[in-house]
Amino acid sequence: MSLIRLQNISRRYEMGSEIIHALRDVSLEIQRGEYVAIMGPSGSGKSTLMNVIGCLDTPTSGEYILNGISVSDMDDDELAEIRNREIGFVFQTFNLLARSNALHNVELPLIYAGVPSEERREAALQALRQVGLSDRVSHKPNELSGGQRQRVAVARALVTRPSIILADEPTGNLDSKTGAEIMDLFDALWRRGNTIILVTHEETIAKRSRRIVRILDGLIASDESLESGNGEALTPVLPAGRRLEF
Amino acid sequence: MTFGNELKEGVFISWGALRANKLRSALTTLGIVIGVVTVTLMGTAIEGLNRAFLKNISTMGADVFFVMRWSWFNHSYADWLKMRKRQPLTLAQIKAVESQLTLARAVTPVADYRAPIKYRNRTSNGVSVWGTTDQFMVTSGVTVSSGRFLSAEEADGGRPVCVIGADVATNLFQLENPIGKTVRLNQTALEVIGILEKQGNFLGEFNLDNRVILPLRQFMSTFSRYPDLRIEVKALSSAQMDEAREELRGVLRKVRRLAPGEPDDFSINQQEMIIERFNRVAGTIAAVGLFITGLALFVGGIGIMNIMFVSVAERTHEIGIRKAIGAKRRTILIQFLTEAASICLFGGLLALGIAYGLTFAVQKFLPATMSLTVVAIALLVSIFTGVASGFFPAWRAARMDPVEALRKE
Repeated sequence: MSLIRLQNISRRYEMGSEIIHALRDVSLEIQRGEYVAIMGPSGSGKSTLMNVIGCLDTPTSGEYILNGISVSDMDDDELAEIRNREIGFVFQTFNLLARSNALHNVELPLIYAGVPSEERREAALQALRQVGLSDRVSHKPNELSGGQRQRVAVARALVTRPSIILADEPTGNLDSKTGAEIMDLFDALWRRGNTIILVTHEETIAKRSRRIVRILDGLIASDESLESGNGEALTPVLPAGRRLEF
Repeated sequence: MTFGNELKEGVFISWGALRANKLRSALTTLGIVIGVVTVTLMGTAIEGLNRAFLKNISTMGADVFFVMRWSWFNHSYADWLKMRKRQPLTLAQIKAVESQLTLARAVTPVADYRAPIKYRNRTSNGVSVWGTTDQFMVTSGVTVSSGRFLSAEEADGGRPVCVIGADVATNLFQLENPIGKTVRLNQTALEVIGILEKQGNFLGEFNLDNRVILPLRQFMSTFSRYPDLRIEVKALSSAQMDEAREELRGVLRKVRRLAPGEPDDFSINQQEMIIERFNRVAGTIAAVGLFITGLALFVGGIGIMNIMFVSVAERTHEIGIRKAIGAKRRTILIQFLTEAASICLFGGLLALGIAYGLTFAVQKFLPATMSLTVVAIALLVSIFTGVASGFFPAWRAARMDPVEALRKE
């Protein structure tokens, strides 16, 4: 069973009297453990596709089955629960809560999941350790560098052990060296069994993945699998279906 | 996510938000503080007024009937004209009433008059002179601070003795001991046998300490053969007030020879009537006062609502983040409601502190103390104001579309 199955997804917006077709009849399947890049110029519909995959938005028509559950007709609160459980977001602008320290930012999804505080703290510390920020837990975002902020965001995405890590231009606001470090982190997470979907317009970033889906004018223009340049295995080390173990 | 967790997170967030906007929070809180202070003080003042009144009225005794030609509260001019035509109560009628009542502890006739009282070359004007019997001590509950009250023998015999109020004693005798001295009322010499305990003013009008009490027979020979008598009747027990009142009415009708169907030609007055009348007036004052002060609180509430809208608008992006990582509508709603309620609760506590201080100023006029009820109501009202005025902005935040919200910076 596919982790993500989009069937004939369309998304239309009304802008005044004009109707904009952001997605037209898109069908796409992504398996557990894949490392996929979604590419496309701005206005191509890749952000809409990401929003639909991330359950932030619902399609106008078509069906979306995520991890065996049809989410295309869910209401706000049900979607919130799915996002909390199944999806870990990493945004271009980090989107951390400015007034909260790193630990609290990472704890937040677990608070919404109703995890008891003791357990929550433990898991958040673990996630921060994974991204190499054990010594920055009580720093607030403005006391951290861009790369460190993005690491906190990655830790926040990891902490609920979601089915998908969905990263929207994760290196867009970082210099190339820091960006490369963040991409190394994603590579490592993938190798440990996580499913990663990257939304990007940079070829070099997309080349890190194992599959590139190109979007143009609301349609899938191409869908290609990549051979790893340095001879790494295409399949993750852990068998598909196995969740990340801390 | 459990409600407790949500609330805890809500408190945590609102604390952060309030600290981040100190001046704004302070100004908003000020609105609530003013509202709660005025409402609390109003409540305290009204309670003080009630307490002052009830304490004052209690000198009358709750279980005493005052029978006279007049009703304390006339309902109309026509009533007044009718009452004016009523025949005065006579001493013989009062005696008859006394002998027939079974549910009365004490019955005494009372007549009063205003006259100057003299001791040697000193005169005290406008003293209230009361003619009554020894039973007056039971019906009115007066006590003597020195000497004694009229005895039954003195009352029956109409002896030339008197008991004087505390103010009369100090005015006429100054530092002398009045007991055994002779005072003059209308040329009649009376021996002072006792001094009444200080009682204070009745309803701020009548000085109970500026009284002279003498046997009714002596009063009648000094002032008037046919005084306008009234009767004070103390009921046997306060549990049987209604029965006692009915019996008294029946006996009076019989003694006054009223045919069945004829209206009463006397009035039975009670403390209860005054309290009832007072409650009606005080209730109106309280309602109007609380309404007006409530408006101040309402304005404070509008301030909260306003600032919550601002808070929601400038934190749209934050709401987007929270929703993206799994916050439900309820969670966001609770977050902003908690913030509004925190401002109000904090304002309420501050206001109570201020009102507590101001209560001491009010105490100069009224026996006002801030009761726990007022404190509890003030706090509940503050929280309610916060929740009510925060609800609309919070609801708007809760319904935001996460994609739209994330786009706002």
